Amino acid sequence: MTTILAYPFKNLPTTSKWALRFAIRPLSCSSQLRAAPAVQTKTKKTLAKPNIRNVVVVDGVRTPFLLSGTSYKDLMPHDLARAALTGLLHRTSVPKEVVDYIIFGTVIQEVKTSNVAREAALGAGFSDKTPAHTVTMACISANQAMTTGVGLIASGQCDVIVAGGVELMSDVPIRHSRKMRKLMLDLNKAKSMGQRLSLISKFRLNFLAPELPAVAEFSTSETMGHSADRLAAAFAVSRLEQDEYALRSHSLAKKAQDEGLLSDIVPFKVPGKDTVTKDNGIRPSSLEQMAKLKPAFIKPYGTVTAANSSFLTDGASAILIMAEEKALAMGYKPKAYLRDFMYVSQDPKDQLLLGPTYATPKVLEKAGLTMNDIDAFEFHEAFSGQILANFKAMDSDWFAENYMGRKTKVGLPPLEKFNNWGGSLSLGHPFGATGCRLVMAAANRLRKEGGQYGLVAACAAGGQVRYRGVIGPSRESFSWND
Amino acid sequence: MVACRAIGILSRFSAFRILRSRGYICRNFTGSSALLTRTHINYGVKGDVAVVRINSPNSKVNTLSKELHSEFTEVMNEIWASDQIRSAVLISSKPGCFIAGADINMLSACKTLQEVTQLSQEAQRILEKLEKSPKPVVAAINGSCLGGGLELAISCQYRIATKDRKTVLGVPEVLLGALPGAGGTQRLPKMVGVPAALDMMLTGRNIRADRAKKMGLVDQLVEPLGPGLKPPEERTMEYLEEVAITFAKGLADKKISPKRDKGLVEKLTAYAMTIPFVRQQVYKKVEEKVRKQTKGLYPAPLKIIDVVKTGIEQGSDAGYLSESQKFGELIMTKESKALMGLYHGQVLCKKNKFGAPQKDVKLNDKVKKKALTSFERDSIFSNLTGQLDYQGFEKADMVIEAVFEDLSLKHRVLKEVEAVIPDHCIFASNTSALPISEIAAVSKRPEKVIGMHYFSPVDKMQLLEIITTEKTSRDTSASAVAVGLKQGKVIIVVKDGPGFYTTRCLAPMMSEVIRILQEGVDPKKLDSLTTSFGFPVGAATLVDEVGVDVAKHVAEDLGKVFGERFGGGNPELLTQMVSKGFLGRKSGKGFYIYQEGVKRKDLNSDMDSILASLKLPPNSEVSSDEDIQFRLVTRFVNEAVMCLQEGILATPAEGDIGAVFGLGFPPCLGGPFRFVDLYGAQKIVDRLKKYEAAYGKQFTPCQLLADHANSPNKKFYQ
Repeated sequence: MTTILAYPFKNLPTTSKWALRFAIRPLSCSSQLRAAPAVQTKTKKTLAKPNIRNVVVVDGVRTPFLLSGTSYKDLMPHDLARAALTGLLHRTSVPKEVVDYIIFGTVIQEVKTSNVAREAALGAGFSDKTPAHTVTMACISANQAMTTGVGLIASGQCDVIVAGGVELMSDVPIRHSRKMRKLMLDLNKAKSMGQRLSLISKFRLNFLAPELPAVAEFSTSETMGHSADRLAAAFAVSRLEQDEYALRSHSLAKKAQDEGLLSDIVPFKVPGKDTVTKDNGIRPSSLEQMAKLKPAFIKPYGTVTAANSSFLTDGASAILIMAEEKALAMGYKPKAYLRDFMYVSQDPKDQLLLGPTYATPKVLEKAGLTMNDIDAFEFHEAFSGQILANFKAMDSDWFAENYMGRKTKVGLPPLEKFNNWGGSLSLGHPFGATGCRLVMAAANRLRKEGGQYGLVAACAAGGQVRYRGVIGPSRESFSWND
Repeated sequence: MVACRAIGILSRFSAFRILRSRGYICRNFTGSSALLTRTHINYGVKGDVAVVRINSPNSKVNTLSKELHSEFTEVMNEIWASDQIRSAVLISSKPGCFIAGADINMLSACKTLQEVTQLSQEAQRILEKLEKSPKPVVAAINGSCLGGGLELAISCQYRIATKDRKTVLGVPEVLLGALPGAGGTQRLPKMVGVPAALDMMLTGRNIRADRAKKMGLVDQLVEPLGPGLKPPEERTMEYLEEVAITFAKGLADKKISPKRDKGLVEKLTAYAMTIPFVRQQVYKKVEEKVRKQTKGLYPAPLKIIDVVKTGIEQGSDAGYLSESQKFGELIMTKESKALMGLYHGQVLCKKNKFGAPQKDVKLNDKVKKKALTSFERDSIFSNLTGQLDYQGFEKADMVIEAVFEDLSLKHRVLKEVEAVIPDHCIFASNTSALPISEIAAVSKRPEKVIGMHYFSPVDKMQLLEIITTEKTSRDTSASAVAVGLKQGKVIIVVKDGPGFYTTRCLAPMMSEVIRILQEGVDPKKLDSLTTSFGFPVGAATLVDEVGVDVAKHVAEDLGKVFGERFGGGNPELLTQMVSKGFLGRKSGKGFYIYQEGVKRKDLNSDMDSILASLKLPPNSEVSSDEDIQFRLVTRFVNEAVMCLQEGILATPAEGDIGAVFGLGFPPCLGGPFRFVDLYGAQKIVDRLKKYEAAYGKQFTPCQLLADHANSPNKKFYQ
């Protein structure tokens, strides 16, 4: 889970770095800020830390997110990642040789391109002298890629980082069974015809049964959707509430799409096919239609359905982050600061998807902010039930006391500031790529809506609806502010 | 094929599994039925669904008592009469227990066969009404659903169970020497098929929810919930109720069918069972198997088969009648009384009579004999480390040493350990015969020293014998018992003395074993005599399993202390075996020859010369098969009673539990003390006197046993 505090760079007096750190923020910039006590806001005008370099987001892009099995189905993951990278180069006009390091997140790895960051970077024409690595942390893999970059910049190792993520659920590695693999490997080593024949004689028909990628949490053998359904039940979230929330997500996404707010999208010309320009999973429906669907996981009485879950998605994203002084020296007007972030983990069985509840208060406290200071919340929506369960947990004193060791509840994020341009339920959730989308949505919303701080939160492990699960041993969260 | 399957399942049946079941619990009710308000059952109506909640007062579990039975009948009649109610949900208010079974005290209180039969028939009647209920009833099961509880559940139209570790279904009556007496023998075969039903009833095994779903014993599963806005257990119960209500409504509206789709194997099995010839073969095979395993010592399994057969071949009316009659007959048997006694003893030995220890015992509760996922196994194993030094001992709360049975070695270990452990740390010694006070003699703090005698194989044997010395502090005892309970053990606490209780009882019997062998009885013959008496393992095999060297060690140690009374066989036999390397199974040779992967055991022919050299002339007066059996058992029993007389044992119940769970004393006899009560002290004393005349002092009845023989009213269990 991810929580982000965003502070739009445009509001800063751009002429002075000093002002950036110490100047008083123009209070008129945000109506929300006005509502907050002035003194409180003043003390929070900047979250810069002494002796630590400021890290900024110059800009970020993503390919359109498509339902898996649609236009991207014949591609390989590095093709999508390459598209995001070239899109970023195009959007920012950053000289390739300036980039010090490239990091990508991905969850279901294509074994041929296990370091997909490197393959994509080479294909996108980056220098072969630019190192690249790939990280994985379930649904917050891209967040991990970005915070790894933040760490490299803050520690002075690098100045310019490209972070991103990619997921291609249209194709997943399906393996031979262990027995078959063993036989094939042994055959490789067999020297004589006799040895080979004796090995082949051990072959049984059941060796041919394929092994699908993990459909369940490795530690608990429970699929994500199943876990989400249990979570919704534990917090008594009704089917109707879940459908209503999903409808909200789709409606807001549709609105944002129609108004052209999803500006982080770069068109992608699929080889041999048409150019894809927008997300294709946004499908506002009616509550009546949604009510007709059967439960997807806990049958026949569960509440999580295909309509109130995020869907299997193909997509890639990339983001350019820099040390502040480097960005300014290059003449960029960055979109946001990346301030604090935090990862937390919980019990993978019963609290798999509760990360946002745990991480949000921690990162706010670390930054010296409160819920009221946040102008844009971007939470990853794995399932309606998961978001609503987190809301209920955040609104419960009992939960805070008994499970979080807090005296009072975390408090609810106001819905009018929450995922206003749609979320993973409607836009889609390519596991490895969602993190960058969340950050860019927060940054763009702050610029558009005139807010100061944004909070990004995501739960890791999640989003496998319909038939496949991705493993995620724990929920982690990270957040930052600009 | 069906027969093979039934047999395959049955192969796991073993008389010694008796009373493994933990859930079958009963309590004395202090609650009075005279109260006008209902104390066991209440119900509320949600929409048009009645939610019936079972909650036996003042008890952790719900049991089917007379009060509960009559309140249930009342409530159901109200539900059937009400126009407003269209369906019902049956649920417990206790999170860990649906219904744990019939109230055993109610059964034990019955004086006559008719009384028991009548109880059974009353239960049959209400459950038959329930089965034919015009309004669908859904059983919502969380926690143990055993015996009468399961019989109630399968009379409902639909069953929903939580997929929780605590949720187990089963009919464990056979473990108490009885049969499911509330229609279970008739309904189960129809529900899950004859082979599976027989397996359940003959083994009494607990079935977990997911397995129950596959078998068709339950219709739906509900996953237990994690933390939410309420404690997980509470919310899980609510959720179970909510789900059950939607199903009750669905059933009433005919949107859900209570019929279940059967799998191919199930259909084939069901088809095969319609052929009379196949059925006869199944009965025959199962009966053969049961006869072989019970050796005719346990009447319940054969009666179960008989009742099931009657129901299938002659119709359910005859089946129900036969069930209630056989139920009555079985409850009245000595075997059933013995097993129920053991059950009570076991409940007793699952409590810490010393209260809670000052320092909490933190052990993983889940480490019980249940299937774990590989992940759970790994994470549990990560708590365990192996080392060859005393590093980290300064943080230990308890050290249990298990070095070889050698006093000077134990002293050395004790001193070394005491040099590094903190003040509060308890030192426990795992020994089978060395007196703890002698081990503690070199301790700086004898109040922290205690004996914990585990039985091999530790993961299978349920008993833990805890030995306290006069100096052992109460908190030390409490801590040791608490640790044992967390390990899932049944615990007896005994006073210190050579051989404590268990080893001391076994030693004279083993001495007799040697004498019997010296008298020319073949080890195979001896084994069959002991197993047919009800011991799970033959006497000669037992020596091989324990290890001949260990047996020799113990025989020598105890022989020195107790002298002539422990004599009989010549310990030279064991000494010669050890010197030839015949150490039993571990060395591949003992009385038998053991080969890897070979099940059949052949006699070790090299033993012939040893046995020939030590041969004794048998005394024909006392060498009949029955005499041989009684020579072994009476020495055991006599020594056990002596332990009570000397205060080594605190109660006869602990003596029975120790003998059955630690030494394999025949469960059908209920343990040495129950055996004296049921068989008659006088008869045992007569036997002892007869053997005393032949062999002398070793058979002299102890004073307490003689007292019991002299006053027939005296019983160990009143």
